[in-house]
Amino acid sequence: MNRKKLQKLTDTLTKNCKHFNKFEVNCLINLFYNLVGEVTERQGITIGLDRNAFRNILHMTFGMTDDMIMDRVFRGFDKDNDGYVNISEWIYGLSVFLRGTLEEKMKYCFEVFDLNGDGFISKEEMFHMLKNSLLKQPSEEDPDEGIKDLVEITLKKMDHDHDGKLSFTDYEQAVREETLLLEAFGPCLPDPKNHPQLFHSHPRADGNSHLVWPRKDGNCI
Amino acid sequence: MSKQEVRFSGEWKKREALKEAPKKEEAAALQKALPASGKSVLEKNYINLGKSQMTKRLQPSLNWKATFDFKEHKSLLRDTQEEKHGGRLERSGPPVSPRRSQLVRKSAEKIEEIISESSSESEEDEEPPDHYQEANAGLPSEYWQIQKLVKYLKGGNQTATVIALCSMQDFNLAQETCQLAIRDVGGLEVLINLLDTDEVKCKIGSLKILKEISHNPQIRRNIVDLGGLPIMVNILDSPHKSLKCLAAETIANVAKFRRARRAVRRHGGITKLVALLDCAQNSGEPAQSSLYDARDVEVARCGALALWSCSKSYENKEAIRKAGGIPLLAGLLKTSHENMLIPVVGTLQECASEESYRTAIKAERIIENLVKNLNSENEQLQEHCAMAIYQCAEDKETRDLVRLHGGLKPLASLLNNTDNKERLAAVTGAIWKCSISKENVTKFREYKAIETLVGLLTDQPEEVLVNVVGALGECCQEYENRVLVRKCGGIQPLVNLLIGINQTLLVNVTKAVGACALEPESMMIIDRLDGVRLLWSLLKNPHPDVKASAAWALCPCIQNAKDAGEMVRSFVGGLELVVNLLRSDNKEVLASVCAAITNIAKDQENLAVITDHGVVPLLSKLANTNNDKLRRHLAEAISRCCMWGRNRAAFGEYKAVAPLVRYLKSNDTSVHQATAQALYQLSEDADNCIIMHENGAVKLLLDMVGSPDQDLQEAAAGCIYNIRKLALATEKARYT
Repeated sequence: MNRKKLQKLTDTLTKNCKHFNKFEVNCLINLFYNLVGEVTERQGITIGLDRNAFRNILHMTFGMTDDMIMDRVFRGFDKDNDGYVNISEWIYGLSVFLRGTLEEKMKYCFEVFDLNGDGFISKEEMFHMLKNSLLKQPSEEDPDEGIKDLVEITLKKMDHDHDGKLSFTDYEQAVREETLLLEAFGPCLPDPKNHPQLFHSHPRADGNSHLVWPRKDGNCI
Repeated sequence: MSKQEVRFSGEWKKREALKEAPKKEEAAALQKALPASGKSVLEKNYINLGKSQMTKRLQPSLNWKATFDFKEHKSLLRDTQEEKHGGRLERSGPPVSPRRSQLVRKSAEKIEEIISESSSESEEDEEPPDHYQEANAGLPSEYWQIQKLVKYLKGGNQTATVIALCSMQDFNLAQETCQLAIRDVGGLEVLINLLDTDEVKCKIGSLKILKEISHNPQIRRNIVDLGGLPIMVNILDSPHKSLKCLAAETIANVAKFRRARRAVRRHGGITKLVALLDCAQNSGEPAQSSLYDARDVEVARCGALALWSCSKSYENKEAIRKAGGIPLLAGLLKTSHENMLIPVVGTLQECASEESYRTAIKAERIIENLVKNLNSENEQLQEHCAMAIYQCAEDKETRDLVRLHGGLKPLASLLNNTDNKERLAAVTGAIWKCSISKENVTKFREYKAIETLVGLLTDQPEEVLVNVVGALGECCQEYENRVLVRKCGGIQPLVNLLIGINQTLLVNVTKAVGACALEPESMMIIDRLDGVRLLWSLLKNPHPDVKASAAWALCPCIQNAKDAGEMVRSFVGGLELVVNLLRSDNKEVLASVCAAITNIAKDQENLAVITDHGVVPLLSKLANTNNDKLRRHLAEAISRCCMWGRNRAAFGEYKAVAPLVRYLKSNDTSVHQATAQALYQLSEDADNCIIMHENGAVKLLLDMVGSPDQDLQEAAAGCIYNIRKLALATEKARYT
């Protein structure tokens, strides 16, 4: 991308995205192009991270391991559903991912958990997400009984309008009461313990702040 | 029993009937085992050892129950040192709350501190009957639900664990049955293991639960047994503020018994908690994700809460000071958050019992802030500020500071609210200690505090009375106040308090009555109310402080009573009792008894009686002492007792004279005066003169002839005159 276009892009992105400053956006753009690799720019071809590349990043940088969740995260980033995370989706997604406010994170997580996108998290969806969360006891007759019970427990706790499924309002209210429930159905946000430096701006000696991306080939200037 | 019923939740109503039966059995069994305590035993064993319990115990009553018997405390110490669980302790009354024991100021403060701990520890040592195993009815549904949740905790991944932890919080964790249910299904181990992992969310969820259930004394001990404290102390290092807060709050709940406090200290917890107080160090960090965020003020508050619990132990107080806690606490005092102020003042008040703290407190200008917060609306805060002032006002500078910062007025006005008994006890305590300074007493009179204090002499719990009487005792050192107390009708209630068992109270009452007795009209009232006889019977009290104080009080009584001699003789066995007290080991008792004897011996008949009882040899035996106070009063007594029969010669025979001469070498001028008088009286007997001369009395007395004190001059001169007269007579006899 030529310099002018890059500049314009940076400006747009910085303006629209609230949590990164100009230098950080710059870094992220560079990082993005590094990750995408050498691709010639052509009309009609979207440049972006495909599902595998993205999941790779989630795994290597953020230590995520749950396949289903990672898939959903990709869908969450890929707002236009074209199978690629392009540059703006990348920046906006990371903005929420790393530094989102509680409201932004709630919306994001709810979208991740709402598997069919109908605006509700149903019992079946919950079951699907939680189905590997308990150790299977060999003595148990019905291994799914525990999962079903967990689903019931969660529903009891979070379903405030008692309609048997979680709307965004239900979810939001529950999370406001108990913040731990934000990622109730799976870890879809990065764990700050892994890379705390990502979550803050770090001022440098020259007065600019940069983003320290913890990869040897992804390090920013 | 009704209190217990209220605390069970609605679901349980049907089970109540079944539960009542086994509980009543246990109650009966317990009551048989601890005969004297009555139903208060059961009540004190339940979890809510909070405010409601305190107010219950502080109900005003005229049945002064034993709170402090020194011998009993020795046995208490021994018992708890063995740390017997559920050990049976012999006590004749309700347990001493830690606060009460603080208000009892004795010289051996360390012992007192251990006693206060041991009494609170012994409260918890007696394990409450475990309802669970006793109840033959089926276990409540909560038990099974909790068991299920713990199963998910054990077998689930992070997601399932978090869900289970959140769900567990929905139970009424303040209810003992839930708490014990968690423990019985192995939940405590799991919760503590979760603390040891790296998963922040799990740690937060686990701590939220542990924080609630650790209000239960049994659970606290279990947590410590399972090694939970070192892990929690390590969590204090976490970068996440909300984790720090939760860990500190949980430690605050757990560290309510001695072993736990020790464990916190041994794992370096005190230093870390003190570090939490340092708000400035925490500020300047950008806002983190809301999950882990907490305001710096909150972190400091939780740290202060934990330190408050820990500070009840002497070694911890020292550790806090060494870790630089005092300046940080002083800094936090400047805030206006009440939630922050209460634990900070609470900690200061606990620690202010130590001398080292009082110096630092003066340096950090803490008194100013304490006085400021006396004006707050929050009653608990007022109470703790008053307690802190009580502790610190042992020191004269502090008393002046309190006055200078305008602290006396709010204290006086708080006397008018008598509903909150703990606060009243703290306020009266502060007033007591501040009254040691005369300028403060003047101020208190201005604020009409003395009248109010007299009004508080009836119908108040013991903690309050001890302090009220103490304050009146100090105030009555001034003439005008004595008159004032009499005019307010204070003499009668004071004399009424002379019957009682509480030792501190008795010491204070005797002092107050003694001070009042200096005024002749008050003395008449005291006499009419039979106060002198009551004081005299206190000479039989086992505790030496009470004996001494009663004897001191008797001196003005005898001085100012009409027909004092007759009155003294009227007490059957009274004179013999006094003389026998001269056999005591306690210096204070001896000094006071000598003073009393000095007064008694003013009446010739009584002097004859006490001579018959052997006062001369007993006094002579005491002569070999270095204690100036004793020397002075002993010399006075001897000089009085010389004025009967052969006593002068008898003192010489019992070898009292030579030691007396040595008293002249002391630095205390009142000793000189008394000794010179005694020697003058003794020198009327020739043999005594020889002994005095041999012991070099003349030279010492010559120096005193030049003293500015006229009485001393006269006595010294008279003595030398007698010695010289004998010497001259001997000379003359030699030459004739």
